[in-house]
Amino acid sequence: MTDSIHNSDTHSGVSRRAFLKGSGAAAAATAVGTSTAPLAAQEGGTEVVRGEKTISLTVNGQNRQATVEPRTTLLEMLRYQFDLTGAKPVSLDGSSGASTVWVDGKTVAASTMLALQCEGKAIRTVESLGGDQPDPVAQAFVKHDAEQCGFCTPGFVVAVRAFLDKHPNASEEEIRQGLNGNICRCGTYANIIDAAMSIVKGESHG
Amino acid sequence: MVEYYWPQREETTLIGKPVDRLDGLEKATGTAKYTYDVNLKDQLIAKALGCPHGHCRIKSIDTAAAEATPGVVHIELLREPGSEIEWEGELIAVVAADSEGAAVEGRSKIDVQYETLEVFTNDEDLEAAKEAGRTTRGGGKAETQREPGEEDDEDEFIEDEIKRLFGEAAHVIEGYYGIDAITHCCLEPHGSTVHWDNGRLIAYLSTQNVSGTDDGFARDLNLTADDVDVICEYIGGGFGSKFAADYWGIAAARISKQTGRPVKFMLDRDQELKLGGNRPSGYIKVKLGADENGVVQIWDSEHWGTGGANGGGVSHGVIPYVLSPPNYRRLATNIKVNAAQARAWRAPNHPQACAMSQTAYDDLAAQMGADSYDIFMRNLGSAQGAKPEVYAEEMKIAARLMDWKAKWHAHGKGPRDGSVVEGLGMALHTWGGTANNSSCQLKIYPDGSVQSFCGTQDLGTGTRTVCAQVVADTLGLSLDQVQVNIGRSTYPNSGASGGSTTVGGVSESHRRAAQDALMKLFDQVAGALEADAGDLEAVDGRIRIKGSPESSLSWKEACSRLGLKPLEVTASYQRGSGSPLSSSGVGGVQMAHVTVDTETGVVKMRKFVAVQDMGLIVNPKTAKSQIYGAAIMGIAYALFEQRKLDPATGAFVNAEMADYKLPRLGDTGQIIVELYEPDSERERGVIGLGEPPVISPGAAISNAVCNALGVRVPVLPLTPKRVLDALQQAGRV
Ligand code: FES
Repeated sequence: MTDSIHNSDTHSGVSRRAFLKGSGAAAAATAVGTSTAPLAAQEGGTEVVRGEKTISLTVNGQNRQATVEPRTTLLEMLRYQFDLTGAKPVSLDGSSGASTVWVDGKTVAASTMLALQCEGKAIRTVESLGGDQPDPVAQAFVKHDAEQCGFCTPGFVVAVRAFLDKHPNASEEEIRQGLNGNICRCGTYANIIDAAMSIVKGESHG
Repeated sequence: MVEYYWPQREETTLIGKPVDRLDGLEKATGTAKYTYDVNLKDQLIAKALGCPHGHCRIKSIDTAAAEATPGVVHIELLREPGSEIEWEGELIAVVAADSEGAAVEGRSKIDVQYETLEVFTNDEDLEAAKEAGRTTRGGGKAETQREPGEEDDEDEFIEDEIKRLFGEAAHVIEGYYGIDAITHCCLEPHGSTVHWDNGRLIAYLSTQNVSGTDDGFARDLNLTADDVDVICEYIGGGFGSKFAADYWGIAAARISKQTGRPVKFMLDRDQELKLGGNRPSGYIKVKLGADENGVVQIWDSEHWGTGGANGGGVSHGVIPYVLSPPNYRRLATNIKVNAAQARAWRAPNHPQACAMSQTAYDDLAAQMGADSYDIFMRNLGSAQGAKPEVYAEEMKIAARLMDWKAKWHAHGKGPRDGSVVEGLGMALHTWGGTANNSSCQLKIYPDGSVQSFCGTQDLGTGTRTVCAQVVADTLGLSLDQVQVNIGRSTYPNSGASGGSTTVGGVSESHRRAAQDALMKLFDQVAGALEADAGDLEAVDGRIRIKGSPESSLSWKEACSRLGLKPLEVTASYQRGSGSPLSSSGVGGVQMAHVTVDTETGVVKMRKFVAVQDMGLIVNPKTAKSQIYGAAIMGIAYALFEQRKLDPATGAFVNAEMADYKLPRLGDTGQIIVELYEPDSERERGVIGLGEPPVISPGAAISNAVCNALGVRVPVLPLTPKRVLDALQQAGRV
């Protein structure tokens, strides 16, 4: 028995990555009106849109420009072009929450958004919660030791900050129900709940 | 000669105190740089093509189209035509390109032709494995209190003796239990970012073994370890799977050399799950016999499972687990399946052994209509690892925290709320946790600053913080006066972080170095204080005469007497050398309270209690975090995660985060952690903690589900389907 593999990106050949890198990119390219055609058609049906485009956006309050391809994700742009590596690549479809950032004030998994879609948008990353006066949520994570290896932590800090912005008086039950978009393998959940509750209660961590 | 010791509990300023981890803010605000995050100028991104078949032979590989892909700079074959591949995901070729997109596109254009071969994946079916010729002996042992006579054939004697003991037993249990293979699923995948600098390899490697992996690179690249600088400031999870450079690390170094550019080569998520490490499965048939009090007298078991394509499985050496009756026979069979080989997973063998043994003890309680707590307590006489009285004390504490006595009901006899029933379960565990080899260089500078250097790593344990606590406390300084340097292979050697050996090791080396350095500093300043060096002490940032604290020098003044050169010492601890600072052997008790919906099969965690000893506790805050984490990792393998292999193709069908089920924040219920550190434990010195608390959750949760339902759901994870199947088999639906 023989078998020829094209587009062997995953065993199925129609992986999420293929979607993002191929048809998704084409759709996004259309959406922002670039003229990056022609499409390089390819065996197996995945099409790669070629051509780079420079986009303007704000990142953590600063005006920035980036030259991106149609297939470049927001996460890749942040990590490789701006060296903002707080948002982590854990799952392409965003199911781990590790790449969570704000786009125009709404949380988004940066791995699921294309850079071209960010033209003119305001991106805020976990790094904006640091600096000389760290955000109380980041401080609460330290005080309550809501981190071990720390790889999931930036995504969780953004998720908790966003959740508490919306629900400043959340109960413990609401916190348990409202933060299920992120995964931690080291098992920091118990301490994350404590950290979040301490913010609700207005405890200071500075 | 400096005599090494730990200060008494009431004399410490930092040791034993709940100190915030020093790198906490860097992690929380995204500035901590993990291997994946290290971006080097002009770096290439490497992506590998994984084999799509569980078992096949490569017929041909055509990379022409991939090479022609814009942005692709280099392609390297990791396998040649003709090679046999025995598991899905094995890497065949690497594409290095200017961007991730180009690397992925190039990879998609590699055309590989395969001849598929026969696949076997069914590790739970021992008969099928035997028929397929996939089994090997895994060893075994039999032990009886009565010895065979001179004339006796030993096997026959044991067979007869076992028969006799079962004949005498007041209670006999026959059970089947199991636990599926799971993966490590590190959130930062395995990989490296590497570059060459004048013939030296600089490797940022996601590793639990900073001091040991330079050798690994060197061996495979024809270098000496001195030509390799391994760096790992932060690692996004390892759990026993990241001890080596791995062939993909070596490939990154080769590609970097050939292209003259830095290379970042991290596994994709599905590759991480398929290749990055997994834990062997285990399934067991047990018969045990107990006396009228429920004290087990005889254990007879056969277990099997798989460690992957080369066989392997759960060692028979830890079966039955902790509670080890005077008469037993155990046999292990290993099965070869088409999956990547297992790697050490947090507390190798123990979680499976616990889940395959202490479930049977709980079934004994169920059959007797007895309280499981009492049956475990009565069997402590045979406990291995920690002392029986330590387990007993920890059981009492756990029961109080769980409110066990008030909540307890006989198996299957609890109150019912609609379709929901609830139950309690418990389990015990043990682990060694001997300190690993570790060396520490300590420098005290004339301006009073202090730096330590040690080739260890911080897996999330809080190693960096522990080092600082030990050094600062010993020198009478505050944490911010000490700078800890770890995570580079150029620093003094320190053992790999495996087997709960790191905190013990670094506490040894850092305490020794700090005591040595302090003694030298005392020698230098004794004259100025008109005292003997032996009469000095370092307290609150001052060097002073014991008993007359008014005669003192500030730390800075004292250090200024060092002259121009820093005071430098290097101190080492060798494993097994005997030391008052560390020892080994801990125990722990865990209890679970769950609810089970008999209509949907869903198990929910209500409460989980973990009581744990670990000798002297350096940082109770980070220690507690490790136990919380272990409990949650245990809940993960008890209720959620499993590696699912497609029997026809060998494909690992759930190798993505969305499909590989892990508990989320709302799934873990209330968790209570109690550190057990009476003086008798503290006096033993530091003992490792990483592994032990991850051992008991499987058995404890399985027992709680059984207590709720009155029916054993035999194999972990206890998915809704398995719960419903077990109820149906028991005629309960
Ligand atoms: S802290 Fe390691 S994954 Fe969450």
